[in-house]
Amino acid sequence: MSSANVIAPSFPRRRVPAAPLLLLLGSVALYIGVAFSTGQTRMLEVEGVVGLLQRMVALGIVAIGQTFVILAGSIDLSVANLISVAAVLASFIMQGRPEMMLVAVVAVLAVSAVVGFINGALVSRLQVSPFIATLGSGLILQGLLSASFTNFAGSVPIEFQAVAYGALGPLPYSVIGLFLLAILASILLRATKFGAHLFAVGGNAEGARLAGIRTDLVIIGAHVLCSLTAGVSGLYLASRLRSGAPWVGRDGVYDLESIAVVVIGGTLLAGGRGGVWGTLAGVLLFAVLDASFNMLDVSAYPKLVLRGGIVIAAVAIYTFRSRELAA
Amino acid sequence: MAHVARRINVALVVFLLFYLVIGLLQPNYLEPAGAMNFLRRAAPLAILAAGQLFVLISGGFDLSVGSLVTLTVVGGSMLTANDPGNTWWAIAALYATGLCVGFINGAVVAYLRTPSIIATLGTLLSVNGVAMMWSGGSPRGYLPENFRMFGRLVFHDVPVVKIFPAAILVFAVVWALAQWGLHGTVFGRRVFAVGDNARAAQLAGVQVASVRIAVFVISALAAVTAGILLGGFGGVSVDVGVGLELQAIAACVVGGAQLMGGRGTLVGAVAGALTLTALFTLLTLLGWPQPLKETAQGVILIIAVAFGAWRRRRTG
Repeated sequence: MSSANVIAPSFPRRRVPAAPLLLLLGSVALYIGVAFSTGQTRMLEVEGVVGLLQRMVALGIVAIGQTFVILAGSIDLSVANLISVAAVLASFIMQGRPEMMLVAVVAVLAVSAVVGFINGALVSRLQVSPFIATLGSGLILQGLLSASFTNFAGSVPIEFQAVAYGALGPLPYSVIGLFLLAILASILLRATKFGAHLFAVGGNAEGARLAGIRTDLVIIGAHVLCSLTAGVSGLYLASRLRSGAPWVGRDGVYDLESIAVVVIGGTLLAGGRGGVWGTLAGVLLFAVLDASFNMLDVSAYPKLVLRGGIVIAAVAIYTFRSRELAA
Repeated sequence: MAHVARRINVALVVFLLFYLVIGLLQPNYLEPAGAMNFLRRAAPLAILAAGQLFVLISGGFDLSVGSLVTLTVVGGSMLTANDPGNTWWAIAALYATGLCVGFINGAVVAYLRTPSIIATLGTLLSVNGVAMMWSGGSPRGYLPENFRMFGRLVFHDVPVVKIFPAAILVFAVVWALAQWGLHGTVFGRRVFAVGDNARAAQLAGVQVASVRIAVFVISALAAVTAGILLGGFGGVSVDVGVGLELQAIAACVVGGAQLMGGRGTLVGAVAGALTLTALFTLLTLLGWPQPLKETAQGVILIIAVAFGAWRRRRTG
């Protein structure tokens, strides 16, 4: 009996690595194309490109967190509200005093971790559907925040503004931070036990449980990480805006946009397959679109209309070939 | 079916409890006129929930309904241009728009296989953008009087209830149609089948794509109807519809509908909408600041679903 008769076990082909690359190339091509066609070639110089990368920071940080949650088969709709809470809390505690910076950062991260823990516990222990659990916690946060603050609250000291405005050579700290975070997240996903468990739980929760994985802890861990990234995003926005207001998260539509870029980046909404680099490529696409609309001088409202269409088209590119039924 | 019936009672019981407290705080809510006014205010949300329920049972979400409500109000004002003579064809045009948006949602989900949360998020952004573009961002004023009739008209000297708002009539018609469509037709059974297990339904010969398109069209038409009522309630603005999609989903879920499909009842969805409206009324009466309504909505949402999940685990 020759070995040719042995049927090779068929593994699903991994399309994921190709997706981010394609998205990256497409986004870059679009950016260069628009820059040339509008004659704004200075956008291709260092300053323009750095500006483009800086557009990625706020959404990028939280989208990395959202990737973890979606990989685990959950979803987090509370991030936009948590970003607002973080931004307001930070600037309210600081009140322009540099000595309060550490306190504020610790407080924001602590609150974020607690919110993430509650989200995760609701989903895994009380078995509330993640859509509802995080929608509910987001509403609770936003209500409490808007009832306590109606406008910009406090301010951040000059020293803290360095987070958004400081730079190492031509590269802003914030951009370096985003990429360091992405590398860290990628290592966490690909090279640790937690990462392996995360993919397992997202791929088949019941199977993972039967294999002895504490699925509840994995889901709680993913939610805590996601909420922490939302907290960091909020800190960054407070630094950039020099103060926090209760609407910064919602105005940025960070909840739905973070989900959109994760899915555009090739991560399955059902969980179990995907990665951080795809998500970053999705964030880059959004940044390129924003920059391109600016170069093309598209006004605010048509921008909205186009953006909606592009979100659908970008996701449809992956999904329309699949044979699975969507709902 | 027994456990479904039990769960409906929970939403209804909670609603009646809330309403009783409202009545104790403000006795005129217990009189027919007060109750009718309450129902009038609850009508748009109940209509949205009835439409949303079809989508939820089929296993999807429709996040675009809030923006469609906004487009209906803004578009109504642009199309009629303060001329009551334009009202009827304007309403026809708005329903046609709703039909298109619903069809696009359904077709994107069914044929491009895009998850509905993303697909309807896309239409949410686009439809909002269209409403903004059309109106220049800050429309003002009111719709013509005959357009507002559906939301504003009140029949007086009606026996038993004394007053009877036209909005309740609209709501009753929508409810009857939806009740019949969901629980009384083969189509309704197919919606449940698709939500329960789309693959199995397909193998059993159900045209899954048509069912999907139909549920999104139903939801969109309900949104236009709710928009017409809301246009009668108040002035024209670009944020009439903001957040309504989540309230509609919340109403269905409080009423026992299950996300990811296959389970839910119309009575439950309507009871959920009444519960939410009663909650908001109660908080207003108690003098809570407006934003805390969101907090209360979040709390009741989580409790309702956690309770439902706990109950399912216990009863199996």
